[in-house]
Amino acid sequence: MATSSVTLDRSHRSAEKSVGRQIWGAKWAYVFISPFYILYTVFGIFPLLYGLWLSFNKWDGISAMQFTGIANYERLFNNTIWWQAIGNTLWLFAAGTIPQLALALVAAFIINMPGIRFKDFFRAAYFVPIVASSVAVGILFATMFGERYGMINYFLGLFGIPNVNWMGSRDWIKPAIALVTVWQWTGYSMIIFLAGLQSISPELYEAARVDGAKTTDIFWNITIPLLRPVILFQVILAIIGAMQTFDIPVMLAGGTQSSAPGGTDRAGLVAAVLLYWTAFKYTQFGYASAMAFVLFLLILVFTYMYNRVQGSNPTE
Amino acid sequence: MATSTQPRIGVETKSGAGSRDRIAGPFGMAALYGVLGLAAVVALFPFYYMLVMSTQRSAEILNVPPPLFFGTSLVQNYTELLAALPFWAAMFNSFAIAAIHTLLVLFFCSLGGYGFSKFHFPGRNALFGFLLATLMVPAFVGLIPSFVIMGRLGWLNTWNPLIIPGIANAFGIFWMRQYIDSAIPNDLMDAARIDGAHEFGVYIKIILPVIMPALAALAILTFMGKWNDFQWPLLILKDAEKYTLPVALSTLRSLRGNEIGVQVLGSTMAIVPILLVFIASSRQFIAGITAGAVKA
Repeated sequence: MATSSVTLDRSHRSAEKSVGRQIWGAKWAYVFISPFYILYTVFGIFPLLYGLWLSFNKWDGISAMQFTGIANYERLFNNTIWWQAIGNTLWLFAAGTIPQLALALVAAFIINMPGIRFKDFFRAAYFVPIVASSVAVGILFATMFGERYGMINYFLGLFGIPNVNWMGSRDWIKPAIALVTVWQWTGYSMIIFLAGLQSISPELYEAARVDGAKTTDIFWNITIPLLRPVILFQVILAIIGAMQTFDIPVMLAGGTQSSAPGGTDRAGLVAAVLLYWTAFKYTQFGYASAMAFVLFLLILVFTYMYNRVQGSNPTE
Repeated sequence: MATSTQPRIGVETKSGAGSRDRIAGPFGMAALYGVLGLAAVVALFPFYYMLVMSTQRSAEILNVPPPLFFGTSLVQNYTELLAALPFWAAMFNSFAIAAIHTLLVLFFCSLGGYGFSKFHFPGRNALFGFLLATLMVPAFVGLIPSFVIMGRLGWLNTWNPLIIPGIANAFGIFWMRQYIDSAIPNDLMDAARIDGAHEFGVYIKIILPVIMPALAALAILTFMGKWNDFQWPLLILKDAEKYTLPVALSTLRSLRGNEIGVQVLGSTMAIVPILLVFIASSRQFIAGITAGAVKA
C-alpha cells in the first residue's frame, strides 16, 4: 500500500509538469509502442491511401497511370457480375455465418450448464476444424461433396435423399460453401461465447431456477441479454470476415489457377475472389481498387446498421 | 461449485419446469449429451475420413459405399505426392516463416502492450484508440497497393512480405496489454523503478516471466494463422520451391487432379503438425483465449 501512494504522488506531480517534460519522462514508452505505428504507416495507412488514389486511375501495374476520375466507380456500379458477387457474398453471410453464430451460442449455453461433464473434450473437439488450413479443408470437402461417390451424398442417401450435384450446379455451390463455413467456424465462435457465459454469475441461474424458470426462459431472458456485448462484437467481426471470405469459395468454386472463378453461372463467385481475379489475372489495378473501397464501404454500412439495431434494443 | 446444490434444487422445482436440463433427470441429460456427441462427430469425422482417404487410391475412394477403413496405398500416395511437388520444402518454408514471424510478434506485441499498460504519457488514449480502430480495417483494402509496394521494394518472391508487416499488430498489442494490466501490479513496477532498473530491464526481468501464459496463447494463434495463410503468399511467391504449404497444396489440385488419395495425403500432412500442437496445448490455449476474450 505504501508503494501505491508513491505512484499517486508521482502521477500527481507529473500532471503539473509541462507536456514536453512528460513526454521526455515517458520516452521509453514511445519507443516500445513505436514499431506498430511505424509498420502501420508503411504497410497500413500508405497502402490505404495509395489504394484510394489507384481507384481513381486506370493502371495495369506496368505502363503509365491514367487519371480517370470516378470512371472506375461508374463502371463498377453498372457491372452486373460485381453485384452478383456481392449478392453471393451476402447470401453466404446469411446462410453460413448467421447459423454458425446461432449454433455456437446454443452449444456454448449447453456446455456451460452446471451438470455437463467432459467440457474440455467438447470444447477442444469443436475447435479443431478452425485449426486446419482452409486449403486442406477445401481439398477434403471437395472430395466429400462429390456427386456420385462423395461421402456426404452417400450419407444423405441413407435417408433416401437423391444425389445432390453440390459443386457443379448453380443451386448447390453456395449451400456447399455455407456448410463448410458453419463446420469451420462454429467451434471458434462457441469458445468466445463460452468465455462470455463464464463471466455471468451462476447464482443468477440458480435464482431463476428456484423461481421455476424453464431452460428456454433462462436462455432468452438471462443469457442473451447479458451476453449482448460479446454477441455484438462477434457479429461485427463475422460481418468483416464474411465480406472478405476467399479460401473456401476458391477451393470449391475455383478462381486461383486456370479455372474460371465462381463455378457454374458464377454462382459461387464472391466479392473477394472477383477483386483478386480483376487485379491479378486481368491486371486492372485501378478498377479492382474501386472494388476494394466499395466493399469496405459496404462493411462499414452493415456494421453501422447492425450497431444501430442492437443499440436501440430496449433491454439495454 | 454449483453442482453440489443440484439435487436439492431438483426436488424443489415445480413439475414441468426445467424439463430439458440437469435437474430434469436422465432423459434430458441423455438428450443433451446426444446433441453434444453428435456435434463432436460432425466436427471430427472429416479428419478421420481424411486419414482413411490418405491410404486409398481414387479407384477405392470412388465407390458406393465410400471406404470407411484404412487402405494399403499410403506409400504409393506418398511417393506420388513427393514427385508432384517439393512437399518437404513447402513444409520447411511454412515452418520457418511462421516461426520467425511468431517470435517477432511475441517480442514487439509484448513490448507494445507493456508500453501501453505501465506508462502514463500524453496521447496514450488517442494512440490506443487509433490502434483499436485499425482492427476494423479489413486486410483486402490494402491488398493491391501492398502488392505494388512489395514489388517496388524488390520483395516479391521473398519471405519479407510474409514475415514483416504484421509483427507489431493491433490485436497482439491489445491482447498483451489486457494481460499485463491484470497480471502485473503497479507496486511491482514501482519497486523495480525505485531500485533504478532500466525500463527495458524491467521488461526482461519482471514483465516477461509473468506474461508467459498470454505469450503462449498469442504464439499459437499467430503461428496457426501464418501456417494456414493462403491469399497473401499465393500472391507473393512465384517459384514452386518457395511455396508455403497452402499454396503448394492449392496447385496440387491441377497438377494431380485425378488422384484423390495424393491430394488428401498432402492435406493430411499439412494439418497433422498444427493439429498436434493444438492437441498438446489445447487446455492452456483455450483457457488463454477465454481469458483474453472475456476482457475484450
